[in-house]
Amino acid sequence: MSDASKEWPLWEVFVRGKGGLSHRHVGSVHAADAKMAVEHARDTYTRRMEGVSLWVVPSAQITASDPGDAAALFEPAEDKIYRHPTFYSIPDHIKHI
Amino acid sequence: MYTTDMTGKKTAQPVAEDPARVAAFEARVANDEFIEPKDWMPEAYRRTLIRQISQHAHSEIVGMLPEGNWITRAPNLRRKAILLAKVQDEGGHGLYLYAAAETLGVSRDEMTEALLSGKAKYSTIFNYPTLTWADIGAIGWLVDGAAIMNQVPLQRTSYGPYARAMVRICKEESFHQRQGYEIMMHLAQGTPEQKRMAQDALDRWWQPSLMMFGPPDDKSPNTEQSMRWRIKRETNDELRQKFVDITVPQAEAIGLKAPDPALKWNEARGHYDFGEVDWDEFWAVVKGDGPVAKERMQARRKAWDDGAWVREAARVHAVKRAAAKLAAE
Ligand SMILES: [Fe+2]
Ligand SMILES: [Fe+2]
Ligand SMILES: [Fe+2]
Repeated sequence: MSDASKEWPLWEVFVRGKGGLSHRHVGSVHAADAKMAVEHARDTYTRRMEGVSLWVVPSAQITASDPGDAAALFEPAEDKIYRHPTFYSIPDHIKHI
Repeated sequence: MYTTDMTGKKTAQPVAEDPARVAAFEARVANDEFIEPKDWMPEAYRRTLIRQISQHAHSEIVGMLPEGNWITRAPNLRRKAILLAKVQDEGGHGLYLYAAAETLGVSRDEMTEALLSGKAKYSTIFNYPTLTWADIGAIGWLVDGAAIMNQVPLQRTSYGPYARAMVRICKEESFHQRQGYEIMMHLAQGTPEQKRMAQDALDRWWQPSLMMFGPPDDKSPNTEQSMRWRIKRETNDELRQKFVDITVPQAEAIGLKAPDPALKWNEARGHYDFGEVDWDEFWAVVKGDGPVAKERMQARRKAWDDGAWVREAARVHAVKRAAAKLAAE
């Protein structure tokens, strides 16, 4: 009936909920091209005013970090607590800081 | 239910996986962490999820048929617009779920083919016919009601994309149930003939709705593992009892009666007692003997085959345009 290569490509869908917010990943759709992907994204993910703007990106174009690298990538931040304002103790009588 | 494993087989144990990795995985799940697509997972978990999520997706898609049957005959424009929106939602639910299953490495076409060839299951409830307009009320109230009961706990299921699809679906299901109950309410308050229609629909959909939660716990071999994996969060019998407890007073409130002579409030248990479900009928429907099972699959196959040239034309057109664009650059 069909082989995998005959499938319409997969697109990742991002919706901006309202002005002032970033686009957020909501799911994916299959579509032959970008224009159709936007139409499908609209019908699939915004039937109840969930958004004011859509992005669609071919899923194959996304490069993701490897979960196996998570420790190497993100753990170094753990011992750099001096990057947070609460690391510094300032006497109570000093105001507006 | 949509998500109850109806193959009835015990999931095969995985072959030769690193016990340390399996243990780490089990610990993460036990700790209510979410598993995401690129995380390592046992093969049996992946396969079970693919089966469960795709079966749920198929149920949403096939579930469009019994109600679609009444769109052109809805009694007025308001009801028609509502039913259209509801059926469109079910299509959307199917798509969210197919997309979630695809993150586990199965293709959309593979899932479609599994459905059309009869290899994949879908909820038995959709193999019953919608004979009158009241059936549309009964489906929204009972079938979507049972779906909600099952799906709310799955918003906390261990697989991230599945949990997120469930959150989206649950938000939409509440409208489905309320519009269905409203239809029943109006019929029950209408002429004696309308009230009879409502009762008749309840009579026919009651048992099939109870069956949606799947076989009794002692006949549900994969429940324990699924609970441990957090891909099922309450047992079939627990959910069924909850459904009965909630639904019986809703029927009484509009002067309808669930068709079960054994139905009785049990003060000591704090639950309704109810009669045994006809499990022979359930298993017959699972095996393909549903009253309209053949028609359902014929309709799905026809839609797929009739759409083939459209899918192909759009694909070829997109490839050609991309090539032309590349040449022009
Ligand atoms: Fe649904
Ligand atoms: Fe559902
Ligand atoms: Fe629904």
